[in-house]
Amino acid sequence: MTRTAPPSGRAEESTTAAALHVGTSDIRALITRNLRQSGIYVAFVVIVALFAILTGGVSLSPVNVTNIVLQYSYILVLAIGMVIVIIAGHIDLSVGSVVALTGAISAVLVIGQGLPWWLGVLAALAVGLAVGAWHGFWVAYVGIPAFIVTLAGMLLFRGLTLRVLDNISLSPFPAEYQQIASGFLNGLFGGDGYDVFTLVIGAVGVAGYAVNGFRTRVARITYHQPVESFPLFVARVVLVGAVVMYFAWQLANARGLPVVLIVLGVLVLVYGVVTRRSVFGRQVYAIGGNLAAATLSGVKVRAVNFWIFVNMGLLSGIAGVIYSSRSNGAQPAAGNMFELDAIAAAFIGGAAVTGGVGTVVGAMAGGLIMAVMSNGMQLMGVDQSVQSMVKGFVLLLAVTFDLYNKRRAGAAR
Amino acid sequence: MPDVSVDRILEMHGITKTFPGVTALDDVNLEVRRGEIHAVCGENGAGKSTLMQVLSGVHPAGTYDGEIVFDGTPVRFAGIRDSEHVGIVIIHQELALVPHLSIAENIFLGNERRGRGRLIDWNRTNAEAGRLLAEVGLDENPVTPVGQLGVGKQQLVEIAKALSKDVRLLILDEPTAALNDTDSEHLLDLLRRLKDRGITSIMISHKLGEIVSVADRTTVIRDGHTVETMDMGEPDATQERIIRGMVGRDLDSFYPWRVSAPGEEVLRIEDWTVRHATQDRTVVDGVSLNVRAGEVVGIAGLMGAGRTELAMSVFGRSYGRGISGRLFVRGRPVRARTVAEAIENGIAYATEDRKRYGLNLIDDIRRNVSAAGLRKLARRGWVNGNEEIKVAEESRRTLAIKAPSVMSVVGTLSGGNQQKVVLSKWLFTDPDVLLLDEPTRGIDVGAKYEIYLIVNRLVAAGKAVLVISSELPELLGICDRIYTLSAGRITGELPVAEATQERLMALMTQEKEPVR
Repeated sequence: MTRTAPPSGRAEESTTAAALHVGTSDIRALITRNLRQSGIYVAFVVIVALFAILTGGVSLSPVNVTNIVLQYSYILVLAIGMVIVIIAGHIDLSVGSVVALTGAISAVLVIGQGLPWWLGVLAALAVGLAVGAWHGFWVAYVGIPAFIVTLAGMLLFRGLTLRVLDNISLSPFPAEYQQIASGFLNGLFGGDGYDVFTLVIGAVGVAGYAVNGFRTRVARITYHQPVESFPLFVARVVLVGAVVMYFAWQLANARGLPVVLIVLGVLVLVYGVVTRRSVFGRQVYAIGGNLAAATLSGVKVRAVNFWIFVNMGLLSGIAGVIYSSRSNGAQPAAGNMFELDAIAAAFIGGAAVTGGVGTVVGAMAGGLIMAVMSNGMQLMGVDQSVQSMVKGFVLLLAVTFDLYNKRRAGAAR
Repeated sequence: MPDVSVDRILEMHGITKTFPGVTALDDVNLEVRRGEIHAVCGENGAGKSTLMQVLSGVHPAGTYDGEIVFDGTPVRFAGIRDSEHVGIVIIHQELALVPHLSIAENIFLGNERRGRGRLIDWNRTNAEAGRLLAEVGLDENPVTPVGQLGVGKQQLVEIAKALSKDVRLLILDEPTAALNDTDSEHLLDLLRRLKDRGITSIMISHKLGEIVSVADRTTVIRDGHTVETMDMGEPDATQERIIRGMVGRDLDSFYPWRVSAPGEEVLRIEDWTVRHATQDRTVVDGVSLNVRAGEVVGIAGLMGAGRTELAMSVFGRSYGRGISGRLFVRGRPVRARTVAEAIENGIAYATEDRKRYGLNLIDDIRRNVSAAGLRKLARRGWVNGNEEIKVAEESRRTLAIKAPSVMSVVGTLSGGNQQKVVLSKWLFTDPDVLLLDEPTRGIDVGAKYEIYLIVNRLVAAGKAVLVISSELPELLGICDRIYTLSAGRITGELPVAEATQERLMALMTQEKEPVR
């Protein structure tokens, strides 16, 4: 994980050897140490299992798993940016409108003007960045609360979308553009009825997880940090590996590896590292935790806030491309209420309303909980009105659970 | 007191209160006589606040063992309303006033004066508020928003609010912690007047001088046990005895001894002038001073003299407008226009309000320690998390931060340990000069001593330290040299050998041009 030399003169090998037999097996201690995080994963597993039973296994079928990925990828992309915005103590209400605007710009260039598909993609990303810089300017340098700035942006960019599209829908996109959201990478390594390439990617992912996990473990032991026992570590890797390989198997048996899943996977990896390990990411947490203290610690608050919104704009642009590709066109009403889904994903995933707390992976789990629920209820033919109410309750419960945990942690000190 | 009655208004017997894993109070006894001012002393975490929370019903009956007898009858409070009903009112350290509401509205909040149709009778509300304000000696219009008052006056509003509830036992948790000397004196006078009217007070305080001057009796608590209750009229009831009881040992002195060996000049400020951040006035006016390596220099000044404004404006212009003047670090002219530039140039500033400006309370020790020097732990923008833990562990060890691990959340630590985290953060930036603004505010005697030891270690290592403090004995105890600041101007500079509290106070209150 890092290239730092161990603090003591001990040889690397002995630490590696120690990694095989030290650590605690007290599962309760491990869970309570990380209750905020583990709670969300437990909830996720329960919800997946619940809908698997309620739909008689249909929700876990290869085709449906693929569908969930295709259907909700753009919400997950937005949730990555949104959780960073929320950790810093802001909010972004405009992302739905920005998704519509970036998709519309792309459609006008590619469908209207007949330009190549990749120019449309680049234009959408550039517009996303510009919108983000606009929001960042008002929030960071003028000092207007993000709620107001992005509420204005929501109206502003929706209006701009209508103007750009002249109030009509544009479609269809050329085949290459459609491939972004509905294409699959498969057949690269052959396979009989299933796609070997998908399985290989899954296996590489699991191997990476195991190796990285072991190196983190060795480093933690070197620095005298608590770790789980080796059998538990192996159990964790096997469990995660099994889930990932099952998921890959389902995809491989359907249509192979969706292109958007690769995009999403890369984004989650990159932003996971950025939030945890980069100076920028750490300053985001510092600003959200205590703005005044961060300022007096030399954090360039304005610059950090500015780039947070630029980043949100970029991710909105990516989501705009994926959504326009998936819907094979641009509509004036595209992306309506996406901001609320993204915000809900971040909060269900453990982000705190007051800022300073949250993780990208948590937001992904939060987004997937919403996705699996919506999808499951659709499969069951549950009425739209009920679906909306259930989602509302889940959001409320998630934040209540979070508050309850915080109070309990406070009482235990 | 002429007649020492043994008429007790409050008896708490064998109070034991446990939290998961901790016994906060263990068989504590407290007896308060009718009409006295009773001080409760103890280090942070000794259990004073918990005891008061048991008394006021914050911890309801049944969650603790023991018996409370109020005015001759055993009482069992289910909540704070019950205790207020019998006339026990607690005023917390963090005032519970709503800034945008008027004084009168705050006084009767939750206890509104109603007229016809259950609607609020504003005439009666304001008239009664006016009477209460006169009683506490606060000359303000009852319709003034509380947010426009200073902390001292807000404290008086809290007491007026207590009086509106027909208080019989008034509990004050560190009432003077945030007050300057004048406001403190005013408050203590008020307590004496209330005593004459028959209102009993319990006062929790760290300021031993105040306790000796105002309290009739003092109960000392240590580690959840009652140590002793002493009658302050007796000749041997001294500050030293209280301290011995609080820390369980004799402190040789409040201030650790140190060899004074100043080296070359590290910080020099010339003709430094700062305008107020929002108002049209000058808060720091042509200040020049210097601090040498291995030297502790103090700044003495009353509240509003511009002490914090001076330090923060030097620290990357984090306060004020229209800043002019010259700044030198190790003889080199320095432009520190942002906090980041100040840190780069070897300046560190530890704030007077660590909770609001110093710490990210929801994050752990590790990340608070690294907050200001994160770049030192990073290569090309990526933080080395393991190295960060190592740095934090080292701080925890060398500064003796009492916490289970560096992953402990800072908000759960005591004031003294939080202050050590703040110091760790600045030490990690490896500064040449540290500006310490009220470094021991709100922390107990034992932790204060440890902070002084840390300061001594820093100057022994060749750092320059500038200390701002409201407590003159502290400045006299730890500094080599003291500047006095009055209305934004330096009015004097004294080597500690020539300084006395009286001389400093005279310079601090001097209004016109400096006399050297």
